[in-house]
Amino acid sequence: MIDVLYFAWVRERIGLPRERIETSAATVAELVEELRAREERYAAAFADLTALRVALDQELSSFDAPLAGVREVAFFPPMTGG
Amino acid sequence: MRVAVQPAPFDPGAEVSAFTAGVRGAGAVVSFTGLVRDEGGRLSAMEIEHYPGMTETAISGIAAEAVARWSLADVLVIHRHGRLIPGEAIMMVATAAPHRGDAFAAAEFLMDYLKSRAPFWKKEIGADGAEWVAAKVSDEDALKRW
Repeated sequence: MIDVLYFAWVRERIGLPRERIETSAATVAELVEELRAREERYAAAFADLTALRVALDQELSSFDAPLAGVREVAFFPPMTGG
Repeated sequence: MRVAVQPAPFDPGAEVSAFTAGVRGAGAVVSFTGLVRDEGGRLSAMEIEHYPGMTETAISGIAAEAVARWSLADVLVIHRHGRLIPGEAIMMVATAAPHRGDAFAAAEFLMDYLKSRAPFWKKEIGADGAEWVAAKVSDEDALKRW
């Protein structure tokens, strides 16, 4: 089981802030493929990966990163702090 | 070094005074305060979402990087989240250093990194609806100078 979190417009498009997912995905990209295949709202949120960032256990990572040992995955648009 | 991520308003002047009073061995204090613009009256509020946990870790990491790069006596970062109205202070950084060059450079570095490496997302609320603020290419480019 892995916790998947969504922020900003990703959260709005998918319609929830977080969920627990049973997955056998080996990488972030594989997890994204699983999510896309679920429902249209996921496909819409993950339509353009260049518009998304991913954090693994609260650290910025990349879509080709492995998921082994990861407890928390977060998807969000580029950050706009400051 | 102090990092505060909070919904509550803060008084930038009082923060700079307290920060300055607590610093030892500095000859320069630089501070920057970011305010919510009203965008020519178009904006009625700004909503700031963040990633609790990662936000504090990311900002502390950025501040630690500044301490490693420049000769600093102290660093302060305050960043708000939640709903803010135009004119309110969103965030501030303050740096204290033996000399002003380090204090200015570190403050700019902190600002550049907070903009695109701290997990905050701004949403502008106006009369015509609400819209997420898009990250600018120039924000990402700004990191290259460091």
